[in-house]
Amino acid sequence: MHLGHTHDGPAAVSADATRPDGTRRALRIGLGGPVGSGKTATVAALCRELRDRLSIAVVTNDIYTREDADFLLNNAVLPPERIQAVETGACPHTAIRDDISANLEAVEDLEDAVGPLDLILVESGGDNLTATFSKGLVDAQIFVIDVAGGDDIPRKGGPGVTTADLLVVNKTDLAPYVGSDLERMALDAEKQRGGLPVAFTSLTSAEGVGPVADWVRARLAAWTA
Amino acid sequence: MSRAALLVLADGRFPAGGHAHSGGAEPAVAEGRVHDADSLADFCRGRLHTAGLTAAALAAAAAHGLDPLALDAAADARTPSPALRATARRLGRQMMRAARATWPSPELDALAAARPRGAHQPVVLGLTARSAGLGPEDAAHCAAYETVSGPATAVVRLLSLDPYHATAVLARLAPETDRVAQAAAEAARRGIDALPAASAPLLDITAEAHAAWPVRLFAS
Ligand SMILES: Nc1nc2c(ncn2[C@@H]2O[C@H](COP(=O)(O)OP(=O)(O)OP(=O)(O)O)[C@@H](O)[C@H]2O)c(=O)[nH]1
Ligand SMILES: [Mg+2]
Repeated sequence: MHLGHTHDGPAAVSADATRPDGTRRALRIGLGGPVGSGKTATVAALCRELRDRLSIAVVTNDIYTREDADFLLNNAVLPPERIQAVETGACPHTAIRDDISANLEAVEDLEDAVGPLDLILVESGGDNLTATFSKGLVDAQIFVIDVAGGDDIPRKGGPGVTTADLLVVNKTDLAPYVGSDLERMALDAEKQRGGLPVAFTSLTSAEGVGPVADWVRARLAAWTA
Repeated sequence: MSRAALLVLADGRFPAGGHAHSGGAEPAVAEGRVHDADSLADFCRGRLHTAGLTAAALAAAAAHGLDPLALDAAADARTPSPALRATARRLGRQMMRAARATWPSPELDALAAARPRGAHQPVVLGLTARSAGLGPEDAAHCAAYETVSGPATAVVRLLSLDPYHATAVLARLAPETDRVAQAAAEAARRGIDALPAASAPLLDITAEAHAAWPVRLFAS
């Protein structure tokens, strides 16, 4: 969309695929899902897995703290100038879907400050099952649930579970302890998602994020093709 | 003027970043000064006649066609708190993005190019109104209303205040909001040196403290 876009203008007004100087912007991937499902752990593991080959930055949308940004900083997942926290006024879903202006500024500022970037991961604070990212903000979205939140969540569906470009079912290591039936979760997810991919992960080991990293690499290949 | 365009611009869902800001209500709630509908009304009335009047006049002046860069400097001079200056510019930048997508105009482009990190929000709001074909009174009404609707919405979240009571507060304030907007628009017609410079010192002081809170729900 090029409404109001001028070539000498300071910023694009929407999700233009090119930056004002004509270069291609970074691929933006959103990560949403219920509280504590492992979004930050997934972001951290993705950064560790991909940072040697790709230029990455992260935007966090915490509910009332800088907890997610601080976790990534304290674990030295990325240098501090590559992590930016957006304040959401207690409503992450508003900031990632209804009024994306603060998030768009964060991704643009990151590209200006540390670019060129290949990939920007935008994490939403834990929210409800209906929270999805605006297409004006991200190019693709990952919805992260976990086996401990109840194995009926894939069956219940909701916009996150049914429409996300990738559904991640995390913490499979806990399935035996919480009595979650992984096969049933896989079948329900398949029924709800009409062929969209699902990844089962456990982030207790370093290679656990593998399926998600592979999916991100494929999206990047398509983006830069 | 298009009355419907005014509704679009004044709508709380206009995507210009306001939802993440409490207009000083978060520290006022924390310190117990706002704790129910009556104290919310007092808070909003105080803000309306101080920061609200000043913002409304700046917006009206921009809608009237006064030089936005001179108005931006005038807004700086009227905002003693560095935290509030930063907030006003951040919100101005967000408003600019929404404005250029909704009512694009060369005047908006010029201000965006001159102030890429954001001009003061009321100035951008006024220029947006102008680009939408609205007049100084319309811009002043938007700015004045925003100074009370922002805190009212935030207090619903902060105190779980009954939303009907919060909306009733806004309805009771409507005649006063009209008068403030009118006064602001009249001042704007007399030129930049006639713009009001009312401020609320307690809002300035608590904004500085709030900006340093490690844990908060709202950005300001
Ligand atoms: N056992 C197990 N624990 C995990 C796994 N992934 C994450 N965790 C733990 O789950 C807790 C929550 O993980 P986070 O990554 O902070 O979750 P989040 O979705 O970012 O949480 P919010 O941002 O608060 O919504 C942390 O204690 C993680 O260490 C996993 O695969 N297995
Ligand atoms: Mg997190």
